[in-house]
Amino acid sequence: MSLPDDYLRYPMRRRGMDHDRYAYSSLFARKPVLWPGSARVALWIVPTLELFPLDMPIGNVKPAGALDRPYPDLWNYTLRDYGNRVGAARIFRALERRGLKASVAMSAGLVGCYPHLARECVRLGHEIVAHGLDMGHVHAGDLAENVEREWVMQALAKLRAASGQAVTGWYSPAHAETWATLDLVAEAGCAYVCDWANDDMPYRLNTASGKLHAMPHGFEVSDLQLFHVYRKTAGSYVRQVTDQFDQLYREAADHGGRIVTLSLRPWVSGVPHRIAAVEAVLDHILSRAGVWNATGVEILENWTAQQV
Amino acid sequence: MQRKAEPGHYDYLPYFDRPVITWPKGARLAFWCAPNIEHYEINPPRNPMRSPWARPVPDVFGYSWRDYGNRAGVWRMMEVMDRFGVRGSVSLNVAVADHYPEIIEACVARGWELFSHGVYNTRYTYGMSEDQERALIADVKESIKRCSGQDLKGWLAPAITLTDRTIDLLAEAGLIYTLDLFHDDQPMPVKTPSGRLVSVPYSLEINDFTALYQGAASPTDYTDMIIAQFDRLYAEGAEGGRVMCLPLHPFLIGQPHRVR
Repeated sequence: MSLPDDYLRYPMRRRGMDHDRYAYSSLFARKPVLWPGSARVALWIVPTLELFPLDMPIGNVKPAGALDRPYPDLWNYTLRDYGNRVGAARIFRALERRGLKASVAMSAGLVGCYPHLARECVRLGHEIVAHGLDMGHVHAGDLAENVEREWVMQALAKLRAASGQAVTGWYSPAHAETWATLDLVAEAGCAYVCDWANDDMPYRLNTASGKLHAMPHGFEVSDLQLFHVYRKTAGSYVRQVTDQFDQLYREAADHGGRIVTLSLRPWVSGVPHRIAAVEAVLDHILSRAGVWNATGVEILENWTAQQV
Repeated sequence: MQRKAEPGHYDYLPYFDRPVITWPKGARLAFWCAPNIEHYEINPPRNPMRSPWARPVPDVFGYSWRDYGNRAGVWRMMEVMDRFGVRGSVSLNVAVADHYPEIIEACVARGWELFSHGVYNTRYTYGMSEDQERALIADVKESIKRCSGQDLKGWLAPAITLTDRTIDLLAEAGLIYTLDLFHDDQPMPVKTPSGRLVSVPYSLEINDFTALYQGAASPTDYTDMIIAQFDRLYAEGAEGGRVMCLPLHPFLIGQPHRVR
């Protein structure tokens, strides 16, 4: 039960990160960003539409909401499917009534079973973000690089064909990546990923094959985390998300434009007893001056133009 | 190594009717705040007794969540502590001084104490030989001296992982307090073969890691817990000084919705 000698050797103990994917940077030591119209906060709304196949394998990374009861797990299958059938419609309506656009992360498999979803996103002016093939295809562990490349290419191809959009945002199922994911999505023409939880602003990622940035996903105040993982009430959700907004809004006065990301799973917050909480959060945010609602690609382009 | 049924680190002392502890200026309560400034490695070596990450590496979800503390959370936490005039005693993974020296410079400039939380939070003491443990203590001592000029006084084992030897080795190395024992609300002597060692109350109850992360408390509930902890210890402080520790992790408490 003893440890090898090299357990106390630290080859990556050095200035900066213990890897080469990005550089260390303090959020408060950066050049302030100025959003259009001198807005304090960019409001980035990310509804995430997930396909959980009835026969999905459960590997060593289990996405939240996975079908983990014995087959056929109709309990969980239909609860998730409810999100794509009913919850999404409810969320899209809440956004449309407020004139808001979003970046809709979508399992590419939904293009096959619910083709109207991509069309609806296009009609409403939403950006489509690739959310993998489906929730049974998790990019993790020792997934072979050629297999993963195929998954990335297929997912992007399906969503690009269905929407006519460039689709340059990537959000891995379950926030999971392999060592190769960033290289592969950059190679496939993506401009940003939403998997990294370490910042409130975009930052540059190093890849073998092209420019890529991390966009802040705000998962700690996502409906998934607060309702599904932490089991909070609607009142607690509203309080925590509006506190998040208020803090970043206040910070923006001294440190430049901030981003507030609202991550929504229709199977979580598109249910009748929670949708009002989402609407309350939106109305709180929209009641403040200096809020710029934009898609991920718009926020990233604006931010990038200010980094020279 | 033979396992023991009791740790043997301390004797029993009834909680009430003890010799009275007197704090400076007649204070009832010694309040201290312990920011845990940590680095979790993206690709740490295996330890047979504990896997560092829940998922296969790279665990982007877990790694980047912790990394939030060093990029954003720690700076927000410092601003709040400055505003309230609260100094910290830092539970430090000493490799942070190599990775992000600006964070340590900011702590030292504020007059904060640095104590040991090992080298990385992904290097566990479980399974270390006596020589390895001595080497770890020596590394931490030297690292803290180099980055702050401070002499190492206290120890919270990395990720609270210990061996049966750890406590004795700390005393032998000249440290004066340990934070790894949670058996009391006052400082207590620790029995060691060499040197003198005191157990200082830390907390796994009003720790943001146990309350917010493991316990899923809302920020409002967490605030209520901390106030209740304070109110009771303050009241008891009329009978003799008490200690209240508020351990914080920048990747949790430094989130915008919690720092307020």
